Amino acid sequence: MTMVLNHTGIADADHNADALKRQGSRERRALASLTLPGAILIFLVLILPIGWLFWLSFFGASGEPTLENYTRVLKPIYVRTFISTFEVAGLVTLICVLLGYPVAYLLSQLSERTAGLLMIFVVLPFWTSVLVRTYAWLVLLQRTGLVNTWLIDAGLISTPLPLVHNMLGTVIGMVHVMLPFLILPLYASMRAIDPVYMRAAANCGATPSQAFRQVFLPMSLPGLAAGVALVFVLCLGFFVTPALLGGGRVAMWAMQIANNISVYGNWGAASSLGVVLLVVTAIILYVFKRLFRVDSFEGVR
Amino acid sequence: MPTVYKEAAMPDRVEIRNIKKAYGSFHALDDVSLDIAPGEFLTLLGPSGSGKTTLLNVLAGFVRPDSGSITIDGAEFLLLPPHKRNLGMVFQNYALFPHMNVRRNVGYPLRPRGVSGADLDRRVEEALGLVQMAHLADRGVNALSGGQRQRVALARAIVFEPSILLMDEPLSALDKKLREHMQLELKRLHDRLGTTTVYVTHDQREALTLSDRIAVVNGGKIVQLGTPDEIYDRPKNKFVADFIGETRFLPVETNASGALLYGRPLRTRDDWKSSDKPWLVIRPERLRWKGDETETANRIEAEATDVIYQGDSYLITVRMPDGIELDLRRGPDLGGRDLPERGQPIQLWLDREHTILVADKS
Repeated sequence: MTMVLNHTGIADADHNADALKRQGSRERRALASLTLPGAILIFLVLILPIGWLFWLSFFGASGEPTLENYTRVLKPIYVRTFISTFEVAGLVTLICVLLGYPVAYLLSQLSERTAGLLMIFVVLPFWTSVLVRTYAWLVLLQRTGLVNTWLIDAGLISTPLPLVHNMLGTVIGMVHVMLPFLILPLYASMRAIDPVYMRAAANCGATPSQAFRQVFLPMSLPGLAAGVALVFVLCLGFFVTPALLGGGRVAMWAMQIANNISVYGNWGAASSLGVVLLVVTAIILYVFKRLFRVDSFEGVR
Repeated sequence: MPTVYKEAAMPDRVEIRNIKKAYGSFHALDDVSLDIAPGEFLTLLGPSGSGKTTLLNVLAGFVRPDSGSITIDGAEFLLLPPHKRNLGMVFQNYALFPHMNVRRNVGYPLRPRGVSGADLDRRVEEALGLVQMAHLADRGVNALSGGQRQRVALARAIVFEPSILLMDEPLSALDKKLREHMQLELKRLHDRLGTTTVYVTHDQREALTLSDRIAVVNGGKIVQLGTPDEIYDRPKNKFVADFIGETRFLPVETNASGALLYGRPLRTRDDWKSSDKPWLVIRPERLRWKGDETETANRIEAEATDVIYQGDSYLITVRMPDGIELDLRRGPDLGGRDLPERGQPIQLWLDREHTILVADKS
C-alpha cells in the first residue's frame, strides 16, 4: 500500500473535494431534468387553466371586474345545490363503504391467485366508459326497462317503479362508478396487514369478531380513509351520471357550472363555482388528513 | 427440572399423540407424539421445513392437523379454537399491535378475560416489570428497538398467566450480542415463573443454553428427544450429530475384532451392533493434542492445511490421508507455541468416552 504525502499539509485532506461536489450536483441536475416533461405538462394543462379560471371569476358577464360572481354563490339556490351535492356525495360514499368493505375484506383473505381472478369483476367496469355504463343503467332502470319489465312479469308490481330520473337512479349509477375507487386502495391496504396480527389477537383470547373489530378494522383504516377521500372528492365534481340519471331532479354543483356556460354563457360565474368547489375540496382533504393521521403503521402502507 | 414457584398454580401435563399433517404429498408432521412435563422448558430444534413451527402452530391452534390428539391433564385440547386455548405466544416478529401503545398491547389479553380497571393496570405493570419495560409503558410500539419489542411481546404472552408459553424463534431478529443476553433473561424468567414452555428454534446453541429437554425435529418427525447433554454427547444418528455442534465425520470400518479408523483400532464408548456403516463423530473441542505416542488406538494422523487466528481461539484445518478435512479449535492460551505449521504432519487423540459412532439412519 502506498500513501501519498506532501508538504502542503491541510490542503492534502481535501483532495478532489471540488470536483466531487461538482460531480454530485451534476448528477442531481440530471435526475431533476427527468421530471421536466411532466412538470411542463402539469403547468400547461392544470396550473395554467386553473389560474385562468381564477382570473375569469373576477369578471362579470360583460367583462367588468367585479366580486358579484362570489356574492351570487350565497344565493339560496346555490346554497341548496351546494348542500345537496354534499349529501349525494356523502350518501354515495357511505353506500360504497358498506358495499366495498366486505368485498375488499373477502378479496384480502383469499389466495393472491383467486383474489386476482375475482378482482377482474371489480376492475372490468372500471375499464368501461362512464357514459356507456350510465346509459346501461338507463336501459335497466327506465319505466320500460329490464328491471321494471321483470318485476311486472313476475307479478310483484303492477305499475312501473320510478327507478331512474330521480335521486335513486343517480345514487345507483354513481355507486356503480365509484365502487372500484373505494375497493382498490382498501384492498391494497388490507393485503398489507400481516395475518399474524389476527393470530396474535386470537392467541390473546379475542374471539374472531373481537379480533376483527379491535385489530383488523383499525389497521385497515388508512386504506379506508384513502378510498373514502377519493370517492367523496370524485363525487363532489361528478357530472355525467347525475345529469343523465337524475332527470333534472338532482342538482349537483358540476351541473350548475355547466348551466352557467351552456345556458347563460357566463364564464365568470362558472369559474367562481369551480374555484369554490376546488377550495372546499382542498379544505376537506386537509381536514381528513389531519383527522385520520394513521399513516405511521408498520406493515400498513 | 426447574422448581415451580410460589403463586403459579401447578402447571399441566401436555400429551401430544400421533399428530399428522400433510400438504399434498409432503408430510409436514409425520405421526408426532411427545409428552411435555409440567414446568419444563422444551425446545423443538430443527432446520427450516422440518415441521417444528408447524407443530407449534398445531399447539396454538393456527394449523389444523389431519389427525391426532393433544390432551392437557387428560382433557382433549385439539378441538378448541385458538382463542379458547389460554396459551401465551411470542411470535417471530413479535406481532405487537401497531395501533396500540405498550400498555394497551400488554393489557390486550386481559380484556377478553374480564380483567379491567385497577386490577388490569396492576397486572400490566407487573408483567412489564418482569421484563424491565415498565418505564416505557406509554411508548408506541413503533418507537421501540428490536430487543424492547421482544420484551413487550413476552410481557403480553405471560400477563394472563397462561398454562403454556409458546415461542416461535423469538430471538431470531436480534443481533448476536442481544440474542445471547435475552437467552439468559428468558432462562431466568422461566426459572422464576415455572411456566411450561415450548420453544422453537433452528439455533442449536440457543437450544442447548435454554432447554430442559430438546426435541430434534427433521422431516416431520422427532428424531431424538433428550436433555442437552444427551443430545450433544449421545447423538442417535448422523443428522443429530451433524445438526448440533461443529461436527465432522470420518468413515469407520468394522470387523470381527471391532472398529477400525484408517486401519488403526478404534476403542469406542459403545459397541457397534448395527449392520449399517458407522461414522465417527468428530467435534473440534473433543480432540486431544497430547497423547501416548506409543498408543496407536484412537490416534488420528493428519496434515495441517490452514492455521487461522480467530481471537478467542485458533482454527486449524487438517487433511486426512483420504482427503477429508477436519476443523479443530485450540485455545490461545499456548500463544503461538506448539501450533502446527501449514503442511506439517499432526497427531491427535480421541478419548474413548468421546469416541461416538453413528449411522446415517437410526
